[in-house]
Amino acid sequence: MKLLLKGGRLVDPATRHDGTADVLVDDGRVAGVGTGLDTAGAEVVDCDGLVVCPGLVDLHAHLREPGREDAETIETGSRAAALGGYTAVCPMPNTDPVADNAGVVEMVAARGREVGLADLFPVGAVTVGQRGAELAELGAMARSAARVDCFSDDGLPIREARLLRLALEYTRAFDAVVADHAQDASLTDGAQMHEGEVSAMLGLAGWPAAAEDMVVARDLLLAELTGGRLHLCHVSTGGAVELVRAAKARGVRVTAEAAPHHFTLTDEAARSYDPVFKVNPPLREKADVEAVRLGLADGTIDAVATDHAPHAREDKEVEWGSAPPGMLGLETALAVTLTELVEPGYLDLATAVERLTAGPARCRRVGGHGGPVAPGAPANLAVLDPAAAWTVDRARLASRARNTPFHGRELRGRVVHTILRGAFTVRDGRALR
Amino acid sequence: MNKHLLSAADLSAGDITRVLDTAAHLAKVTDRAIKKVPTLRGRTVCNLFFEDSTRTRISFELAAKRLSADVINFSAKGSSVSKGESLKDTAITLEAMGVDAIVMRHGASGAPWRLAEWVEAVVVNAGDGTHEHPTQALLDLYTMRQRFPSFDGLKVAIVGDVLHSRVARSNVLALTTMGAEVTLVAPPTLLPARVETWGVAVSYDLDAVLPKQDVVMMLRVQLERQRAGFFPSLREYARLYGLDGRRLDAMADHAIVMHPGPMNRGVEIAAEVADSIERSVIADQVANGISVRMALLYLLLGGPEVAT
Repeated sequence: MKLLLKGGRLVDPATRHDGTADVLVDDGRVAGVGTGLDTAGAEVVDCDGLVVCPGLVDLHAHLREPGREDAETIETGSRAAALGGYTAVCPMPNTDPVADNAGVVEMVAARGREVGLADLFPVGAVTVGQRGAELAELGAMARSAARVDCFSDDGLPIREARLLRLALEYTRAFDAVVADHAQDASLTDGAQMHEGEVSAMLGLAGWPAAAEDMVVARDLLLAELTGGRLHLCHVSTGGAVELVRAAKARGVRVTAEAAPHHFTLTDEAARSYDPVFKVNPPLREKADVEAVRLGLADGTIDAVATDHAPHAREDKEVEWGSAPPGMLGLETALAVTLTELVEPGYLDLATAVERLTAGPARCRRVGGHGGPVAPGAPANLAVLDPAAAWTVDRARLASRARNTPFHGRELRGRVVHTILRGAFTVRDGRALR
Repeated sequence: MNKHLLSAADLSAGDITRVLDTAAHLAKVTDRAIKKVPTLRGRTVCNLFFEDSTRTRISFELAAKRLSADVINFSAKGSSVSKGESLKDTAITLEAMGVDAIVMRHGASGAPWRLAEWVEAVVVNAGDGTHEHPTQALLDLYTMRQRFPSFDGLKVAIVGDVLHSRVARSNVLALTTMGAEVTLVAPPTLLPARVETWGVAVSYDLDAVLPKQDVVMMLRVQLERQRAGFFPSLREYARLYGLDGRRLDAMADHAIVMHPGPMNRGVEIAAEVADSIERSVIADQVANGISVRMALLYLLLGGPEVAT
């Protein structure tokens, strides 16, 4: 099938292209970019007024399969991803069973291919059962059919410095990334939200920013010591942004991501006691939100990652203290980024696209995703209407779960088409499968 | 007043005065031979207690009964809750049974907010986690007003485990609304983060604070706080922050001692202080609790004019 994406503004961070250009897609690959292309037999897709860019890459999603298919499945999660403009998604290993061996990661990747709405690049667990005691078979996962090159115990921090050191050293053998959830557990025992003025008033046990900063500092020192590749998950504090900025300046091999809710919402949201706003790390203060925005703007933070965390309705319709942390993200990340970062001028559109595509693709190998949009490359693309306004309605999300913190919020930026290897997964805003 | 009573922060100075005035009026009922008025006849009040608190439950029960409401007591222990029924299911059940008001005690901060979203009934927070206990604050203010002409400039020290105290949070909110000057006294480990934003004074030194106070409110220290390392030992705590006879003597002659109970005698308060007839108003607090809760139920359930 031949497609011509005609007359759109092509924003491709990998080739630094930003300007009107036609994109010709043939047999799953980009066949040409520019004008005067041989478009014979191509179906013309009018992209006038729209932005054409690489398909989005999410470094951090929880798809809940295997184990909690009532909250999300690889199919519903992939559909949510496609509707969000994503063509590549990295599912986290905290499933049941834990993705700590070749069997589970291969199953996840294979199921993703079967569904066919997004390419899945599973993250393997660092330790057996994510119990933090002994290394999982990282090499076996790396050499499996799923070709895992990123490991994390996400949801849980790697408590022992020695173990993280070993993981960073060991993974050098196959140039993999160790992604850490930075949280000092001894400072966050029983914590329910960010520690500050609001937690004090609400009588909810606090999760101090220092518990993140300390572990980020430790992780950076260990990355420096070992020469291993470190990735920091969902950076949420001003202190952590500052530490990463300094570490990058001295050449530490570190990348970092931030989640849309951490650059939009603050701990004030907890005043409702609605557990839809409960997340880990927690929503922080205004100054942290500002620091994360500036970190994304100057590239200290490489990527916007969703930390998409679906939860069944009955698990969130409880007292705040009993609810599991987590929020949906795949279907809203792009619009939240455009509305909250581009509109107020923190990032220009091209930089925002970079943080959603080439930025995350730089953090781990997600071959053929995140650009370049150049002849011969796989045609993994998104077509966006950056000006279109829409209101988030949790009842209309493709995710099986409903726990979006943005319900009722008007956002700007809508995904019109998503194209995975030359085929529409989303067309005119509707998922094709 | 709001529909529910969830937080002392929801009460304006006018609301608080109205509750206290109504309570003073209703207190007369308690002085009668037949301690009952027909005000809430035909209305149903449910005491929904997920945490044990015999004192608070009985106080609410008596208050409702003196207004002739039907009272049901729902204790989470031994109920369907222990079989895994959620708060939401419980709420739906009570709603279906046509309950008019739910008085809820719960171990989780914010639980009454969740409940209020799910029911039409009036919700009264009878203590949620380490958050608030607004009716306790109201009965404390009522008790203070019996001794002092005005809250304006009244000096109140709240001493002890402020971090985990719902009584302290509600009292700070209600007292500052009424213009009192509150000082929190505790070891730094038992004060919440950013307590300086509460609009109160903070001290670690009880002896320095005591002589200037009109009211000294002692908080219960829970023994598990020591095990969690918030302070080194009960003995050291008692020495630094306990109210004993010597410290009582350092207080102004007119000053009173309060405690929400139950007390750890010999820890935060010495027996001689607790039982001091001139200074301790602890028994008054208990008695006043009934009148204040009657007033609240009356005001929230919109009963007819009180029979006098």
